[in-house]
Amino acid sequence: MALTKADMAERLFEEVGLNKREAKELVENFFEEVRAALEAGVPVKLSGFGNFDLRDKNQRPGRNPKTGEEIPISARRVVTFRPGQKLKARVEAYAGNEQ
Amino acid sequence: MTKSELIEIIASNQQHLAYKDVEVAVKTLLEQMSEALSSGERIEIRGFGSFSLHHRPPRIGRNPKTGEPVALPGKYVPHFKPGKQLRERVNDGRDRPIRSK
Repeated sequence: MALTKADMAERLFEEVGLNKREAKELVENFFEEVRAALEAGVPVKLSGFGNFDLRDKNQRPGRNPKTGEEIPISARRVVTFRPGQKLKARVEAYAGNEQ
Repeated sequence: MTKSELIEIIASNQQHLAYKDVEVAVKTLLEQMSEALSSGERIEIRGFGSFSLHHRPPRIGRNPKTGEPVALPGKYVPHFKPGKQLRERVNDGRDRPIRSK
């Protein structure tokens, strides 16, 4: 079972008292505004959770794993997530065996 | 963009909501995501990405001061895999400079 937007909206409805439509809209808005910032070249820093950083990668040689054919991997911009100290510490404590 | 800037943007998008409610909502959302990951649950947001845990096996580390070996237990670390829409939009924005703040 994975956490989804529907679960998040449900909790905002129950715990924060937004109505269902507002809750759904807020969750949608949250992820959309993070995407929009990153698209605009703006890294996103959510303290206690983590940072979404941007990196520009140069073109590099690649290979089609099926055919072995050489094809260059084009220059691109990628997003990376760096978990914050607090999240890392909480996750590290997880001893689990589910994943 | 920081958490408080994000809260301000969402509040201006949803003007019928009190600023305080947006603030509590964003913090609740992040808390719920942290709770999920720290209990070993994945997070899946279509068009944004998924968060999961990656296992780091136990290893022998060293005390950098004394050089003494220390046994480090295995642990889990959060991992994010960007979704298709996020990947494409970030890449489409690559003509714009990456802002440092």
